[in-house]
Amino acid sequence: MKVVLKDLTKIFPSRNKKEKQGVTAVDHFNIEIPDGKLVGLLGPSGCGKSTALNLISGLETPTEGKIFFGDVDVTDLPPENRGVGLVFQNYALYPHMTVRQNIMFPLENLKGDAKLSKEQMEERVQQAADLVQIGTLMERKPAEMSGGQQQRVAIARAIVKYPDVLLLDEPLSNLDARLRLQTREEIRRIQRETGITTIFVTHDQEEAMSISDFIIVMRSGRIHQVGKPQNVYDDPVDLFVATFLGTPQINVFEGEVKDEKLFIGDAEILDVKGARNGKVWACIRPEGFIPDPKGPLVCHLNGVEVMGRDSSVVATHPADTAIIRAIVSSESEIDKALDTVSFSLKPYKVHLFDRETEERIRFDY
Amino acid sequence: MKKNNLKGWLYLLPALLFLGAFMVYPLIDVLIYSIEEGYNSASQTFFGYGLYNYSYVLHDPYFLQAINNTFILVAITVPISTGFALLISLALNSIQKLKDFFQTVYFLPYVTNTLAVGLVFMILFKKTPYSEGLVNLLISWFGGRSVDFIDGPYWAKMFVLCFYTIWVVLPFKVLILTSALASVNQDYYKVAKLDATPRWRVFTRITLPMISPMIFYLVITGFIGAFKAYSDAVALFGTDLNGAGMNTIVGYVYDMLYGNSGGYPSYASAAALILFAIVLTITCINLMVSHDNVQY
Ligand SMILES: Nc1ncnc2c1ncn2[C@@H]1O[C@H](COP(=O)(O)OP(=O)(O)OP(=O)(O)O)[C@@H](O)[C@H]1O
Ligand SMILES: [Mg+2]
Repeated sequence: MKVVLKDLTKIFPSRNKKEKQGVTAVDHFNIEIPDGKLVGLLGPSGCGKSTALNLISGLETPTEGKIFFGDVDVTDLPPENRGVGLVFQNYALYPHMTVRQNIMFPLENLKGDAKLSKEQMEERVQQAADLVQIGTLMERKPAEMSGGQQQRVAIARAIVKYPDVLLLDEPLSNLDARLRLQTREEIRRIQRETGITTIFVTHDQEEAMSISDFIIVMRSGRIHQVGKPQNVYDDPVDLFVATFLGTPQINVFEGEVKDEKLFIGDAEILDVKGARNGKVWACIRPEGFIPDPKGPLVCHLNGVEVMGRDSSVVATHPADTAIIRAIVSSESEIDKALDTVSFSLKPYKVHLFDRETEERIRFDY
Repeated sequence: MKKNNLKGWLYLLPALLFLGAFMVYPLIDVLIYSIEEGYNSASQTFFGYGLYNYSYVLHDPYFLQAINNTFILVAITVPISTGFALLISLALNSIQKLKDFFQTVYFLPYVTNTLAVGLVFMILFKKTPYSEGLVNLLISWFGGRSVDFIDGPYWAKMFVLCFYTIWVVLPFKVLILTSALASVNQDYYKVAKLDATPRWRVFTRITLPMISPMIFYLVITGFIGAFKAYSDAVALFGTDLNGAGMNTIVGYVYDMLYGNSGGYPSYASAAALILFAIVLTITCINLMVSHDNVQY
């Protein structure tokens, strides 16, 4: 099912009388999510991700704007009639019911034509349980299972009704690092097998990048950029998106463009054809540095961390106090005895942003 | 390991001494009193040991009346007060704005002196040569015949006693249940809503199981409290409860010790131990039932 949001806005009224203005949690969302895709909704804590999800599920009513599932306007439809499955951050499994009872609960509520016989319900429950691979745990209570297993039960309960749209609110945040990797692949697999349009909320950019068909990057209720993970990473529209995506983080320098040349400090670093003059944020991805004794970017060398295939060069630039991290191939020769290290740059890994508006300044290379 | 154990016991010693002096010793003492036959409190002598005291108490019509009263009180007030408290808490929980206000109102009886409240109840229900009492005024308003609730027929007195008991225990139960309801994670209700769960089913399948530990706690303490009822009856009917036919088991014990017909610690002890046995049995049954029904 295609999901379309038109000018979707949610303003929470303020409780405090002195402060008239409410909190704008979601600010004019305009987006079309194609059928059958896995979409990552990504942003820092408190930016309105959960609110956006609650609007789509119908648990919150929008202040303004419309929501369409396919061509149907569902804005005024109560949550139970929208055909959405929702998985909460803490799973919200009923603690007094077994796994089987938990998964069956939504089916037992079906009325009228949709009503199922006992056998049909059993079959659907088994099918959902097998899909998330918890078929052997059916008689356990949630407290007797690991976080990862509980998470699968929550997904099974959300998909047993065959929802048109599946919403996952930070489903991995309670898991440890290993389980997280495993479970996110699992979510990807389940989504592929069922083909349910899925929106997946996270504040972990790596998580979103690794499994999403599309990512939506948002901050303070506003969408900053939408696109394929690699495209957003390679071509950020503003400083926020550039700094939010990627580990290690992108390196940010105060720079200046003069006569189509980029300066950091007094050194001329790069030709930036077509860029206008002015102060900029010069951002360089860690993998954009090439160790080069004759390179223009001369830094103070703090150390080299060998991480197998790659090495991480830690340095500082005289014009800035921030630590620079460069990821270079282990084969590249860096004389650790020296105080300084010089780099030339891959121009497509360098992004310029206006110092005031933080908008992207494009240049040719 | 052994040494550690010793240390542990040493730490426990003050508490054990305290418990021993004020709980175990009196209990044993009561047990001994209850089997001393023909005890004379003036001369502190007795004939011998036996079960005569129990037999006497169990054949005493006043005691049988007290047991009867107590059981009626328990059977009526515990379920009704718990059920009422649940209804009120559910209502409170659904009207967010009035919550704080109503919580204060319902908590008032809890902080008010029992005897003072008893007095008010007496004014409400008592018939005097000068006035009919407020309740009787209401009854005659609706065309009924006036009843003397304080000195009148047994059922009327029992009604007042139950009414009063329920009124006194309600606030505590409401307080416990509202906080139990408020502590149920709202996400469960959101999930249930997305699954189109009917309200009644939400209540029976989610809310009730979630707060069932608290409900059982209230039932068990309610049983124990009602079995030990005494001051409520005194507040309403005065100290001559046997005369009023409204005595309770604890009242009977008190009368045997200090009342007009008092001075029989052996009978009092026997009655107290019979009460102990009853409460113990009921509590065990309660715990067994709750163990089977409270699922987590
Ligand atoms: N019921 C509410 N009433 C008032 N303000 C709210 C309410 N719910 C959320 N907010 C505010 O709306 C903003 C967005 O909240 P939201 O829960 O959507 O953030 P989030 O992106 O999900 O954050 P997190 O990653 O921490 O879960 C926050 O500033 C929050 O304080
Ligand atoms: Mg959230």
